[in-house]
Amino acid sequence: MTEAGSVALRRLLSEQAPAVLASHEDLGDATATLLPETLVEVMTWLRDERGLEFEMLMDLTAVDYLEQGRTPRFEVVHHLYSVACGHRLRVKLPVAADAAEVPSLCEVWPSANWMEREVWDLYGIRFSGHPDLRRILLYEEFEGHPLRKDYPKKRRQPLPGGEA
Amino acid sequence: MSAAPGVVDDLRGDLHTEHQRLNMGPSHPATHGTVKFLIELDGETIINLDVQVGYLHRGFEKECESGAWYQAIPYTDRLNYNSAILCNLGFCLAVEKLLELSTPERCQWLRVLAAEISRLGDHLTRCGAACLELQAMTPFLYGIEARELIWDLQEMLCGARVTSNYVRIGGVKHDMPAGFPAAAGEKIVKIRELLVDFEKVVTQNRIFVDRLKGTGVLSQVDCLRYAVTGPVLRAAGVPLDLRKDQPYLVYDQVDFDVPIGEVGDNYDRYLVCLEEMQQSLRITEQCISKLERLGPGPVDVDDPRVRWPAKGRVFNQMEELIEQFKSVTEGPRVPAGEGYTAIESANGELGFYLVSDGSAHPVKVRCRPPSFLNIQPLPLMVRGAMLADLIPTFDFLNMIGGECDR
Repeated sequence: MTEAGSVALRRLLSEQAPAVLASHEDLGDATATLLPETLVEVMTWLRDERGLEFEMLMDLTAVDYLEQGRTPRFEVVHHLYSVACGHRLRVKLPVAADAAEVPSLCEVWPSANWMEREVWDLYGIRFSGHPDLRRILLYEEFEGHPLRKDYPKKRRQPLPGGEA
Repeated sequence: MSAAPGVVDDLRGDLHTEHQRLNMGPSHPATHGTVKFLIELDGETIINLDVQVGYLHRGFEKECESGAWYQAIPYTDRLNYNSAILCNLGFCLAVEKLLELSTPERCQWLRVLAAEISRLGDHLTRCGAACLELQAMTPFLYGIEARELIWDLQEMLCGARVTSNYVRIGGVKHDMPAGFPAAAGEKIVKIRELLVDFEKVVTQNRIFVDRLKGTGVLSQVDCLRYAVTGPVLRAAGVPLDLRKDQPYLVYDQVDFDVPIGEVGDNYDRYLVCLEEMQQSLRITEQCISKLERLGPGPVDVDDPRVRWPAKGRVFNQMEELIEQFKSVTEGPRVPAGEGYTAIESANGELGFYLVSDGSAHPVKVRCRPPSFLNIQPLPLMVRGAMLADLIPTFDFLNMIGGECDR
């Protein structure tokens, strides 16, 4: 798993070098951080390139590094899996707190649709080009994005429909 | 006397109908899961469907991020409450990856044993409840009777029938009790009998076959594009099973087969689940005989970060008393880093992506829920089908609200 994963990372580093900001292979997880504007192009390449063939976007989420004081504050994290080659790759994007918008991957993998809606719902990160960016786990009237570290855990909001 | 020409034209033409919108759920007797469908219907044909999830959202990730690492384990029980042990296992393996721990052999076999028992319970619920929702009460009772036996075994292992809290960081709660192998042997015989009864009533049943064959089809390509995993993907003919493809624990030492389907309809999903139950029984038997051969040994790792000191020393030594106090109040400090670990749960790939900054609280606990991704392409499966086909399709996707909505 580790060796196959590193093949993907090696090829990414050699063939798409200008797009890669950083990479590591800690704990055996091949990881690359990309420039946000290159995302769709590089992801399409990862999906279609022979020998890489990442047919599945397994997971898409975000992390808020507010308490670690990191800039940019957010990171959007994608986990790819290839059934044909049996390898995995993690692709990350830095996202600034004020911009908080990244390109949508719905055109590359439709599985991104709901996962991007979830990240919008819980982190308030917008995905440009998403066909239907609605909240998914919470309701439309909900205020704020609860997985942001500055959203207090104890804050209560009324449920839709008002007081019973 | 002949009708006026206009009337004849009206009779020959299609009936003029309007599409109607139907709200189904969030609590509906024919769906075992809290979810709402907003359906656009032409007569009884589904034109479009909007799946609205989130009714069981309770802030799993937020809750985990505010507690100690080990405090998340009981929450994982409540993700997929049909196979709680699998959820415990996924989370604990992910934390162990960050801690770079490897567990003793006996613990690994116990984990596989518990995981397969758990998977059986999940598949029994899926197949049984699907029959119930297709108005067949008898096979449901066979399935639930078998699940009771599974839960008896689970109770022997960890004292709880449903929310197990069995797998811990670096080990399991207990070794199996002395009477377990004999009890499991008896129950496995009984479960096999019940499965035979179940199959006799259902597999060749005309009504059941008619409602399942050719309904809810999702092609291989669409399964991959939508990151669908588990029995739904295998029913479409892709033999992806993480227990075989990226073996964890001791799955590379057990003998089992991965059944796959041909067309990816509901009937294939049913057959795949049925065969997986037989395979899980096989693995369970192998685990028990291996555990008996291994003889007594430690079931958790000897690492002061995750293991509490022995009680005798806690009562008599100052250092151990302090260590115990720190273990309880704070729990392990996990080295800074990030890691993704996936296991094959009953519904597909259950992944945990964890981020630590080296403190006693996680920065991020992401659960990659198989139900959430498996139900996303539901509109694709039922568009153009009859409303009644939605029920078996939804049943065999086995969406579990607790896991889907977190």
